[in-house]
Amino acid sequence: MKTRGIIVRNFSHYYGQVRSLNNINLDVYRHEILGIIGPAKSGKSTFLACLNRLNDLIPGSRVEGKIEVDGQDIYGPDVDVVALRRKLGIVFATPVPLPMTIYENVVFGLRLLGNDERRELDRIVEDSLEKAGLWNEVKDRLHTSALKLSGGQQQRLCLARVLALKPEYILLDEPTSGLDPISTMKIEESLRQLKKDYTIILVTNNTKQAARVADRTAFFLMGELVEIDETHVIFTRPMDKRTEAYLEGKFG
Amino acid sequence: MTPLERNDRLIRIGLLMIALSAISILAIITVFIFEQGTPIMFKYGLKSFLLGRDWYPTEQSFGLLPMIVGSLMVTAGALIIGVPLGLASAIFLTEFSHRRLTRILKPVIELLAGIPSVVYGFIGLMFLVPFIRENFGGPGLSVLAASIILGIMILPTVISIAIDSIRAVPDSYREGSIALGATKWQTVRLVVLPAARSGIVAGIILGMGRAIGETMAVIMVAGNAANIPDSILAPVRTLTSNIALEMAYAGGEHREALFATGVILFIIIMILNTLANVTTARQRRK
Repeated sequence: MKTRGIIVRNFSHYYGQVRSLNNINLDVYRHEILGIIGPAKSGKSTFLACLNRLNDLIPGSRVEGKIEVDGQDIYGPDVDVVALRRKLGIVFATPVPLPMTIYENVVFGLRLLGNDERRELDRIVEDSLEKAGLWNEVKDRLHTSALKLSGGQQQRLCLARVLALKPEYILLDEPTSGLDPISTMKIEESLRQLKKDYTIILVTNNTKQAARVADRTAFFLMGELVEIDETHVIFTRPMDKRTEAYLEGKFG
Repeated sequence: MTPLERNDRLIRIGLLMIALSAISILAIITVFIFEQGTPIMFKYGLKSFLLGRDWYPTEQSFGLLPMIVGSLMVTAGALIIGVPLGLASAIFLTEFSHRRLTRILKPVIELLAGIPSVVYGFIGLMFLVPFIRENFGGPGLSVLAASIILGIMILPTVISIAIDSIRAVPDSYREGSIALGATKWQTVRLVVLPAARSGIVAGIILGMGRAIGETMAVIMVAGNAANIPDSILAPVRTLTSNIALEMAYAGGEHREALFATGVILFIIIMILNTLANVTTARQRRK
């Protein structure tokens, strides 16, 4: 029996007067990869941001409805937002390592927690980079600037930096949109490995990527959740005509 | 060659001439200062100029050490006062204040740069100097007064350049840091400020240049005694003040000694700028 990790009920989000998410209802199961597909501006990225409250940073952002993560209402009054963001780590579309060394990028979040124990940090750096599939490429230059890495390497570093915080959920916002096919393949491979230990939500504007890696897929359109089902169902016999049209490339 | 190409070529040559003449004016001034100032330095010995403590220019005693120390003290004092204030203001205005407030306040701060230095000096003389005299002792005309006035005068430079360089830090750095569980302040301290460092340092260097070169306001509040000050409440004379105070009646070797003062000021500014540039370049490479 699958356990539900995230429960979203009647959830809407507004930027000022503009409604960007309309009455979303969905569940995310533990240890699955949930793919979210849909054309640009369909609310996919906003949805991810709402899950770890990065939407708080945007002036005029407002929500209605409820999101529960592991039974906790994340918009409740006594939520520790910083802890929430550690629990749901996010990787953005454009890889943005912080302007410091590779090593310092990975341990950034740990140092914030006051963890300065050299040997433990070393171990976590190796472990996280290994999981992100980057260790072999950078193990000899951990103390050089992260900005000198290639785009694909930077994106895997961003993944490693999230893994170092031992999150339970990994949110990926079009993580391969700017990458070449080989880098994309490496990241997808890492995701399949990571599924064992984490729950992954993968927003992608590349429907084939969802087909390749997601267990279930949700289709968002203009702020609404059109449908969500097992990936093979969505891709072979979707219930909604709009899903079918999108997957056939009639719009998007 | 077509007429259009010839036209381009003429414009290019014209611009080149203008650029060269602007640069050559600066070069001529530099050469002139050195030509006027260096002979007397070599005649009486470099050491007596740089390390001599006595400035009696009518009696062939040209010790500039009090003025060198004075300029450095006052400039350091200005930075100690101006940099923390300026940086804190810039951080507040970029990261913590409402955007509308910043839009109003930044031009106001830049306007401060337009106030003539004699006005700063006058305010200093009327309010700051008596305040220091009554509360801390001494004549009031002092290193402290000059440092405070200069610290305020460099604020617009430090603040507006720091604001620009903090704004130039990509928002993605901030998002990345906050997504990793950093608080706002941790993000500013650990990510934004280091990323903006070279711009901030550039602003501080410009402010330093303004402080060390400022003359009028300093003359009005510093007391101008040609002695090495023994405390921050003692009067002080800077290199620039030295020239401005005596140029009206200086002749012969005295006049040359004032040019020598200019040479030393020139060299000090070159050294400070180079040091600052080297350190920023080194940090950037890291």
